[in-house]
Amino acid sequence: MAAAPDNLLVADKVRKEFGGLVATDDIDFTIPHGSIVALIGPNGAGKTTFFNQITGVYVPTSGSIVFDETQVVGKPPHAIVELGVGRTFQNIRLFAQMTAIENVLVGMHCRLKGGIISSVVRTPRVRREERGARERARELLTYCGLPRRHEEYAGTLPYGDQRRLEVARALATSPKLLLLDEPTAGMNTQETAAFTAFVRQVRDEKALTVLLIEHDMKVVMGVSERITVLEYGAVIAEGTPNEIQANERVIEAYLGRGTAA
Amino acid sequence: MATAVAALHRVRASSLIDAIGLLLLGSVLLWLVVKFFEDPTRFINVGIIGVTNGAIFGLVALGYTLVYGILQLINFAHGDVFALSGLVASTIILDVLGLGEDTSVIFVVLGLLATLAITMPLFALVNASIERIAYKPLRHAPRLAALITAVGMSFIVQNVSLALYGVDYESVPSFIPRTDAIHVGGIVIQWNKLSVFFIVIPVLLVMTWFVRSTRQGKGMRAVAQDTEASAMMGINVDRTISVTFLLAGSLAAVAGLVYLLQFEVRYDTGFELGLIAFTAAVLGGIGNLTGAVLGAMVIGCVQAFNEGLDGTPGGDWTRSIVFGILIATLVFRPEGILGERTPEGA
Repeated sequence: MAAAPDNLLVADKVRKEFGGLVATDDIDFTIPHGSIVALIGPNGAGKTTFFNQITGVYVPTSGSIVFDETQVVGKPPHAIVELGVGRTFQNIRLFAQMTAIENVLVGMHCRLKGGIISSVVRTPRVRREERGARERARELLTYCGLPRRHEEYAGTLPYGDQRRLEVARALATSPKLLLLDEPTAGMNTQETAAFTAFVRQVRDEKALTVLLIEHDMKVVMGVSERITVLEYGAVIAEGTPNEIQANERVIEAYLGRGTAA
Repeated sequence: MATAVAALHRVRASSLIDAIGLLLLGSVLLWLVVKFFEDPTRFINVGIIGVTNGAIFGLVALGYTLVYGILQLINFAHGDVFALSGLVASTIILDVLGLGEDTSVIFVVLGLLATLAITMPLFALVNASIERIAYKPLRHAPRLAALITAVGMSFIVQNVSLALYGVDYESVPSFIPRTDAIHVGGIVIQWNKLSVFFIVIPVLLVMTWFVRSTRQGKGMRAVAQDTEASAMMGINVDRTISVTFLLAGSLAAVAGLVYLLQFEVRYDTGFELGLIAFTAAVLGGIGNLTGAVLGAMVIGCVQAFNEGLDGTPGGDWTRSIVFGILIATLVFRPEGILGERTPEGA
């Protein structure tokens, strides 16, 4: 199946087996350009496994994933980042022993060109590039709500700031698709509301497409335009937030049979 | 393995062990203070020799610690790469460039730089090729497999040296005069000792700057901290590992030349010096760059004091003492002098 031009990502029958366990069971999934799509489902439904197949951590047993009209199955993670897939992690994975700005610069790694030799002899091009990169890193940090503390170690920043830094780092890879893995985990109601608004703002201003995994239903219903529900590795429902809220199978999956009524 | 680690943790937890460790350390320091006041000039002169040798050990130790930081692999072949680089340097200096004792200073300096210009890239490539051939296929195998392979690579490189150079020691004439460069009171630093620092200090500065500030260096630190997250930030992990081995190999080449200028090199020089450098890396906190250099200075001084002061066990015991330090470090402070700072965080 060729990627329809209005879809940024098209997953076709993506299947991943670990021994006898089917983690994702022939998932069909599309993400329209410029949309905010959520992937939800009970624990162990295969959400993170699916994420990991998009980013190249796992290679699907069968099926195809076409991103921006390029087949990504079999490509190494760094090559997929170069194509334009940026992500954050469920349990924050910043480089704790690097400063905030260094974390963002690492995110820019694949967009910069300084090689070993040219970095050491400091060609004018490398110098210009490094200066530009630092400037852009500062802008990005400020944009993501971190106007100060750029030179502090990431590990010493407060939790909320670490979450913001993760987004800044992901944005530094210049993604077309931003994957957010439970971005509001551990946030209070206020922070969650602010973050939700921020996701919208980023999508609009940076012309991004967003895919998020989220447990907080308020966030999911509030921010996403389309929702896909997984259970036991298979898609059980797909639709707008209103359709999903009314879907009996979804209610069953979340609350159990018998309580659906 | 896991139970051994657990047992070690229990032992570590007991304050008795800590007390014994501190007592040992305290008595050694006390002894050093006594020796210093007995004959300060001699103490300082011996210390200078220790720091000089420590600087050479440090270059080799950095190779161990860089690779460990990024792959959690002890690259036993590193010491042998160092020795082979020293042997190749002797060929270049004597047979290719034809430097001799009567060569003028400018040509000696240019000749040594030319030697480095050949051996640094050459052994950077050798080291990176070892990684590609021997370690990369085992990236996802149990760690022990790579470790055994590293021991095997060590033998292979050592035997290449043996096949090429035989069992004799190679040495170069003393281009750098053993005359006094600095002479204050009774304290003497000879030119040939001082020259070690002229090479080692710039190399360390460039390396530190490379790891801290360049794009490739940031990539190395990121991979050392979290390989998977680095890949997802667009860092080519395989290439970054190759860069690390290139860097370690070129440091080994610098160490090989500096060692050759001070001592003599044979096919098996790298075995013992490799173990000393590895001890230094563990003592400083393996994976920690500053720690490796610090540990090497300590080991260099221990060696020098043992061989140069009165009332010590003497040179025959140096190896036993150095490896005793390795064991003591693992028992009393397994995380090394600079503690638990993460790989290449320093």
